[in-house]
Amino acid sequence: MNTAASSAVGLVEGFFEWFGNLGIFFWQVLRAAVTPPYEWRELIHQLDEVGSKSFPVVVMAGSAIGVIISLEARYSLSRFGAKSMFPATLVYSVIQVMGPIITGLVVSGRVGAGISAELASMKVTEQIDAIEASAINPYRYLAATRILACILMLPLLTLISDGCGLLMGWFAQTLVEPLSFHQFIQDGFKGATFSTFLPQTFKTSVYGLIIGLIACFQGMRTRGGAEGVGRAATNSVVLASLFVILADVVLVKFILVVFP
Amino acid sequence: MATTCDIAMKQERSEEDGCAPVIAVNNLRKTFGSHMVLNGISLSVNRGETLAVLGRSGTGKSVLLRLIIGLETPDSGSVCIHGQNIVGLALDRMGEIRKKMGFLFQHAALYDSLTVAENVAFPLVHHRKDMSSSERSKRVKQLLAEVGMEGNLDTMPSDISGGMQKRVGLARALALEPEILLLDEPTAGLDPISSGEIDDLILKLQRERRMASIVVTHDLHSARTTANRLALLDKGNVVIEGTFKDLQQSDIGFVEDFLKLS
Repeated sequence: MNTAASSAVGLVEGFFEWFGNLGIFFWQVLRAAVTPPYEWRELIHQLDEVGSKSFPVVVMAGSAIGVIISLEARYSLSRFGAKSMFPATLVYSVIQVMGPIITGLVVSGRVGAGISAELASMKVTEQIDAIEASAINPYRYLAATRILACILMLPLLTLISDGCGLLMGWFAQTLVEPLSFHQFIQDGFKGATFSTFLPQTFKTSVYGLIIGLIACFQGMRTRGGAEGVGRAATNSVVLASLFVILADVVLVKFILVVFP
Repeated sequence: MATTCDIAMKQERSEEDGCAPVIAVNNLRKTFGSHMVLNGISLSVNRGETLAVLGRSGTGKSVLLRLIIGLETPDSGSVCIHGQNIVGLALDRMGEIRKKMGFLFQHAALYDSLTVAENVAFPLVHHRKDMSSSERSKRVKQLLAEVGMEGNLDTMPSDISGGMQKRVGLARALALEPEILLLDEPTAGLDPISSGEIDDLILKLQRERRMASIVVTHDLHSARTTANRLALLDKGNVVIEGTFKDLQQSDIGFVEDFLKLS
């Protein structure tokens, strides 16, 4: 009983220590990011790494979500005699709910693991120390560029995911019951404005911040050789995914309050 | 035979003469957990001087270099570069001091996603924005030629041997023409001919550029060849510091054993 209690206390202490260190790391990165010299070349390189190289997996994930929602929605709506609601159901489900969260989770796995493994490998081979010894701020050069790239690219990737989801969802529906794409878009977006969809898309910038920050933090404080690198990558994906989901809970409520 | 007290006296004389040491480490202590690595080390290096730091594995030689360049923070004591204590300095301010320092890591620490030429160019790209691309390229080739690696410009670090990586690391350390050079095992992993070439390079740099250098090494022959003074560490302390002749004439048992077995 005492062992279980002390383990629980240790776990809670460890969590708060981790959170505190993450806060200190975030402050160091923020301070480095807003003071010159700025690492524009590295930022552009990271925008390519995060954005264009996540494109295939985001397209696949978005397309799959569109087909799944299409199949499930058609069945459910048919039972309640509401087949005419199909376009709006698909559009709102993809753009407001599934598109952002699925993109966040997919990018967390693909980009988060990649960033933390790369930085962890650099840490254990003293490459980060070499960068610092060369009078280059590693928080600015390595962390700030990657985090900013994640923040900027997540909304764009979400738009791509949404587009693929809507296209494939329409295609799956058309195979069973022909519906023109024009009619589908017209019915799906009826009554919608920019504020209906934009906040949900741009909330993914917060996901990008979470993914980039946790991945860089886990990577740059790695110890323990190859095992440490693996542990950093795994922890990065697990923690980033968890915090993306928790953030979504908070952001959904926030958006509903600010954009009623 | 010089002891730690003599170092302090020499430092005072240097300061009185107006020739303050470039590197001055005073009463440095460093512990990792319960393991005490450095227990009050004091050393100084003047311009144009090379100090070789010797000792058994795990006696804190590499930690000493990392403390001097600010990659570690001491538990107590000071590290002065050109009279300025760098302990506790902010990262960006420390960066200004590091531009005058070159550091060769024990395992070279090359950036494995960049080619050999890109590795050497890395400090120039960041700190010499006045250099054109062709000037930078010429400088990189010159640096690599100095270490005998001019034929490997487009090679990746993973495709060259450990000794060759070390040579590239040395070229990178020299890129910004530093006033201070810190070398962690520069000849480790090199064949005798290559070791001799690196020793000659260190001597040439000392002669031409009058850099203050600290070389951590197990290679007593290399230390004798390149260093003006040698410091032998044991159990976190400087056991003896002086010329090779001073070490030979020492009657301290550890020193005799170390020289006998080297």
